[in-house]
Amino acid sequence: MSLLRVRDFSAGYETDLPIVKHVDMDISQGEAVCILGPNGAGKSTLIKAIAGQVRCLGGSVYLADDDITHAPSHALARRGLGFVPQTENIFTQMTIRENMQIAAELLPKARRAGQMQRLFDMFPDLKARPNTLAGALSGGQRQMLAAARALLTEPEVLILDEPSAGLSPKLVGQVFETLRQIRAAGVTLVLVEQNVRAALDLTERALVLVDGRLAHDGPTGALRDGKLLGELFLGSRHAEEEV
Amino acid sequence: MSPQVLIDGIIAGSTIGLGAIGLTLTYAILRFANFTHGDFLAWGAYMTLTVSGFLGGLLAGLGIGDPLGPFSFGWGLPLSLLAGMALTVLLTLGLDKVLFGRLRRRGADAIIIVMASFGASMALRSLLEFIFTANPAYFTRELQIAQKIGMGMRATPDQMLTVGLTAVLVIVLHVFVTRSSTGRAMRAVSENPGLAGVYGLDVQKVIRVTWIIGAGLACFAGVMSGLLVQIRPYMGFDLLLPLFAAAILGGIGSIPGAMLGGLIIGLAEAVTVQVVGAEWRAGVAFVVLVLVLILRPSGLFGRRV
Repeated sequence: MSLLRVRDFSAGYETDLPIVKHVDMDISQGEAVCILGPNGAGKSTLIKAIAGQVRCLGGSVYLADDDITHAPSHALARRGLGFVPQTENIFTQMTIRENMQIAAELLPKARRAGQMQRLFDMFPDLKARPNTLAGALSGGQRQMLAAARALLTEPEVLILDEPSAGLSPKLVGQVFETLRQIRAAGVTLVLVEQNVRAALDLTERALVLVDGRLAHDGPTGALRDGKLLGELFLGSRHAEEEV
Repeated sequence: MSPQVLIDGIIAGSTIGLGAIGLTLTYAILRFANFTHGDFLAWGAYMTLTVSGFLGGLLAGLGIGDPLGPFSFGWGLPLSLLAGMALTVLLTLGLDKVLFGRLRRRGADAIIIVMASFGASMALRSLLEFIFTANPAYFTRELQIAQKIGMGMRATPDQMLTVGLTAVLVIVLHVFVTRSSTGRAMRAVSENPGLAGVYGLDVQKVIRVTWIIGAGLACFAGVMSGLLVQIRPYMGFDLLLPLFAAAILGGIGSIPGAMLGGLIIGLAEAVTVQVVGAEWRAGVAFVVLVLVLILRPSGLFGRRV
């Protein structure tokens, strides 16, 4: 059975202008899935809407058996859906430790210190200076903190919105190393990413979104040579043919 | 210039600072300039006065209504203050539910919410005047003699108590906001409410806590102002400009900044009264406000909460 089920899902910023249109998708426990697509395809809007950040205009979302379609973002975080936005994903005016402490509030009191220690051990760069203002961190370290914060609560599914966007190649490598660590820990992962090659290497299944609609859903291997992906991105293959 | 200016400024600045802290918290979390905050001061003072009227008679009947030590009031006032704070909290939460909360849910622009607060402020003020009349009221008719406190300055026990309690409150509040989990949540919502939700924080709950703290402080400031001067329906409105000037001078969102801003405005008013004349007192806050906005718009501590 799917861990995350999305059915006939539409979302957008204006009621009469859906950006995501009638999307169906299933994510299984422990699976790593990337969502690809050209600019403006609605990838980020889709995951933001699942995470309660953008208005759902139709359809439904289930986490395990729970209908989370219209749940506010704080309730989703408590329910086990971790979300890392593309930008502004940490509190820059607070220290690394304070960022972690806020997230740790979702855990039972007895587990907070141990879980923070576990995450600090996982990310030594953060452990080295817990009292540094998060705003003073590099782009890669910020993404690291954002991921650590999301992982702290042991989410059932972790959704990341373009974690490597705007970073230098060196920092991109750092971010994907972090994601590989998360993947190795068996966390169910949904990743929106412009860096197609790295995303395909990290995940096992790819969904391609074109013009707000799901145009492809299959193993990443089928997209590795770039031919099918190019056709999907350029629109020479229609959603009906692929899904 | 007489050194008395210093203590006069600190006493006036204590009330202004306390009011400004509530204002700056509301602004940092809810992101609008709340014109009703001054009226929360006045309502807090009047509701405390009303409870005090009932309680004072009761305590006098029990033989424990006499003034406490050197102060001008008995147990009735501190007990009534607690009730007044609770009632002011109910007033602000009620106003948020019927007015500000609705506008927030509709996604109204900040200017719409500011205008709504302006209208609510007028309504609250007029209602006070209707219920209690425009005549001044007093918590106590006891006369207090100012005592020497050193360096050529004098102050009454009530005034010293106000300054002392204000200092304690500011320290407690600062520690609360910087060290407690609720304080961290307030700082998080102040910086980025959307992200706070992603972190699992209930933003609506944080907003309610902010109203509760702001209302409690407003009531306290109103009662202290009423104790030292008098209670009038317009007392909050008259304090509004100094409150905004103090909050902006301190840096919106900063608790120590708001207190320091309040003290600076209070001292500037005291100096003006002595050097230029009492009729210019009201203009000081306006001059400071304009100067800060021109020279350092982010204020002295230009960070959130």
